[in-house]
Amino acid sequence: MTTFTKIPAYIEDVLEKQHGTTSRRDFLKTSGLLVVSVSASAIAGPLAAASQAAGPYPDPDFRQLDSWIVIHEDNTATFFVGKTDCGQGTGTAFRQMMSDELDIAYDKTTCIMGSTDITVDQGGSGGSDAIQTDGWPMRRVAAEARRVLLDMGSARFGVPIDQLAVSAAVITVKADPSRRVTYGQLIGGKRFNVALTGNNIDATTGVAKVKPVQELKIVGQSPRRYDIPAKVDGSQKWAVDVKLPGMVHARNVKPPFAGAKLISIDESSVRRMPGFIKVVSKGNYVAVVCEREEQAINASRQLKASWEKPATAPFPSSEDLFTYMRGSTPTSSSNPNVVGNPDAALAGAARVIEAEYEVPFQGHTAIGPAHATADPSNGQMTIYSNDMKSYGMRTGVAAFLGMPRDHVRVVWMEGPQGYGRTAADDAGCEAAYLAREIGRPVRVQWMRDEETAWDTKAPAFTVKLRGGLDAEGNLVAFDYNARAADYNHLGYNESDTVLIAQLMGSRRARPAAGSAATPSEMYVIPNRRIATQVVSLPLVWETPLRVGNLRDPNGPQSTFASESFIDELAAAAKVDPLAFRLKLLTASTTDDTGFKRARSIAVVKAAAEAYGWDVRPSPKTFSAGGAGNILTGRGLSYTFRSQTVVAQIAEVEVNRQTGHVWVKRLVCAHDCGLVINPEALRRTIEGGMLHSLSRALHEEVQFDTEKVTSVNWRSSPTLTHADAPATVDIVLVNGDPNPNRPDLPHYGAGEAICKPLIAAVANAVYDATGVRLRRIPFRDGRVLAALKAAGV
Amino acid sequence: MSTITLKVNGATHTVDVEPLTPLLYVLRNDLGLQGPRFGCGLGQCGACTVIINGVATRSCITPTSAVKDEITTLEGIAKDGKLHPLQQAWIDEQVPQCGFCQNGQIMTAKALLDRNPHPTDAQIRQGMAGTLCRCMTYYRIQAAIKRAAQVVA
Repeated sequence: MTTFTKIPAYIEDVLEKQHGTTSRRDFLKTSGLLVVSVSASAIAGPLAAASQAAGPYPDPDFRQLDSWIVIHEDNTATFFVGKTDCGQGTGTAFRQMMSDELDIAYDKTTCIMGSTDITVDQGGSGGSDAIQTDGWPMRRVAAEARRVLLDMGSARFGVPIDQLAVSAAVITVKADPSRRVTYGQLIGGKRFNVALTGNNIDATTGVAKVKPVQELKIVGQSPRRYDIPAKVDGSQKWAVDVKLPGMVHARNVKPPFAGAKLISIDESSVRRMPGFIKVVSKGNYVAVVCEREEQAINASRQLKASWEKPATAPFPSSEDLFTYMRGSTPTSSSNPNVVGNPDAALAGAARVIEAEYEVPFQGHTAIGPAHATADPSNGQMTIYSNDMKSYGMRTGVAAFLGMPRDHVRVVWMEGPQGYGRTAADDAGCEAAYLAREIGRPVRVQWMRDEETAWDTKAPAFTVKLRGGLDAEGNLVAFDYNARAADYNHLGYNESDTVLIAQLMGSRRARPAAGSAATPSEMYVIPNRRIATQVVSLPLVWETPLRVGNLRDPNGPQSTFASESFIDELAAAAKVDPLAFRLKLLTASTTDDTGFKRARSIAVVKAAAEAYGWDVRPSPKTFSAGGAGNILTGRGLSYTFRSQTVVAQIAEVEVNRQTGHVWVKRLVCAHDCGLVINPEALRRTIEGGMLHSLSRALHEEVQFDTEKVTSVNWRSSPTLTHADAPATVDIVLVNGDPNPNRPDLPHYGAGEAICKPLIAAVANAVYDATGVRLRRIPFRDGRVLAALKAAGV
Repeated sequence: MSTITLKVNGATHTVDVEPLTPLLYVLRNDLGLQGPRFGCGLGQCGACTVIINGVATRSCITPTSAVKDEITTLEGIAKDGKLHPLQQAWIDEQVPQCGFCQNGQIMTAKALLDRNPHPTDAQIRQGMAGTLCRCMTYYRIQAAIKRAAQVVA
């Protein structure tokens, strides 16, 4: 074992802010987090481990309690977890869960996340698994710390544990409360030295069991997010704010055409510019490095380089995209998931409804472009980054540069909008490469056009659907066939697929297969077929249409199609859309393992009740001539995703003169099991719904046959304040711990929110106008054309 | 390079930069005022907003040499150790998700309330429409502005 001696300055700031006078030296003396998994067998002494066998940044050992929890002498605690908080308040939730299990007041704790050298590797963030999966080892290790402390209290007082009480980090003898000792008095300044078990980090556990839900006191409350004050008073230090001695600035020069090959660079075009240091180039990767930021921007724009266009077009234009996708031979096809005999059921159906839905590529278009700062000093590499999967970045940078992993660390800091873009961050590898080339710390940041054109994209989809109704209007067959342009789906800073590696010529022999999502609900339909294919665009590498994970990857595309089509079937059957869904959910109760369908019914009903749903078929009856310019309607949509249930209702106003759609009201009923922080969850639901609303109304990557042409906030519009609903109502169906379910688990909350919203809006527009919108985004011009074509 | 004097948040600074350097980089990199942030460099998103002469100004497209009046940044709107009512409302409403854009949201809202202490809902939507948030916290921002307006009034 070795002792870590370099605490990042920003973490020192956090600790000093929290603990007042706690100095770095005191912290190091008292902290036990610095237990790392180094084999000591061949090493003479603990200090030798750091200097000889291991690099400066070995992995923290997740099987040591000291790696997770430090109790300080002032009876406060610091939690070290391997996650990152993208702004949904997961850090606050981790503190709540761990404080509860440890029996310490929430405001006596801090949480440090995602820095690879001092926090165990829980993978960072993604997939809404922070609370659902990673929350469990956090709870268990905190419970174990409490057990160990009670053991120590028992020894100190000579009293059995069951005769001790513990509250707010103070242990008292029940029979004589004057006999008391604090956690800080017991272990502050010392290590636990307690080994944990578990085959992997998710399974990490001690001896202690977690508390039943009824005994949780901090979980279920809504302490305010600890990260917000610094974000509104200007004191927050973000990854973009890092300043290091000797630091220089870099900007990339991207190929002007997709698939272009660099022929030559005329360095004399920038050599005399102020602050110029170097043009760094390898393969098709080009960057300019200057002393000051604005100098690097200017020089990157001035640099003269000649590029050769590819012999064939890299992709069809965005106007021709869906035709191209339909005509492509798939790169892979899934084995269809078949229930019953859908072909026979469709052949025998009284009515068959068919429809095809289209979703264009949509970008992350983060409010702040990709950025990172890398420090190459002392033969190591430190990357300051907002990468939500900082551990993957560390591994990727080490492999990309050919450095030992234990010489590389990523210090995670706050940044703009995770949602998957920063799981596939590009700037970390670029900054590290440039820092090594220059021999000084380098800060690199992408420009707006670069980010909007070249960030990772959610894949385009086409979805063909067929449904069969019997003579009574029952849904007897459902045939879903989705096709996604998801070939070569990007991983998490893989050293051979990160963009800088691609531009330098790296080609993986077998690109990632990708996938197309399937419907995610609990409907009972006797005959169904779910089939998916993946197609590729002509240009596979070095393309600005790189596909990657975007918040609930591929879920919004798939659910837009499937939940819109359910509405089409309800309309064809002339049945109220709520009643139609409830009929599909209540058709069987015998196979409802885990109450998935029962919970779905409860959530759908909760949304309808909160909205004040008026039972009638869609569309609403309106008079083509006399209804005025504003048509109103309501639409419902629902999903079951990885144990979380969401039902949403949108109320829209459609302006028949302009085609403008305003979602005036949104209702969301949400069941993610045990809720850790209800207010933070409500904010996450609000943001997630509006994110999907932006995808419904505005977002589309546009391109010609050479390059992406939607490159800034004019050509790539997003939701604005003008689009905000007047009312958002949220029902947390399991908002409080349920005394009847002491084992109530906590499920992932965030991504499920994004799935149903687009269909809810489309269904509301149909209800208002009788016009079915089967292609997003619902921009004014497209809606107006559809209204006019239908004579509305 | 040339010497330029700036008054920011009540203090006077002299910097030696190219005159056309956008104010954003001087504030962030020379004066250490990192409330304003780079979002687009095009004046389209608002993340870099500061207030000059009562006007919410996009510092990413404002040449440093063109600034004659005092600049107020996010760091400068708290008074006597007390948060500005908008900042307090942002905390009370728990507005930010990632928070990266919120400098621009707060500074644009401040300029709005300074010239119109009682904005209608429509005036808030219109006044804030050019300030983008990609976590889409618009609904909560508007609630916070209304909350702050009650205090400011």
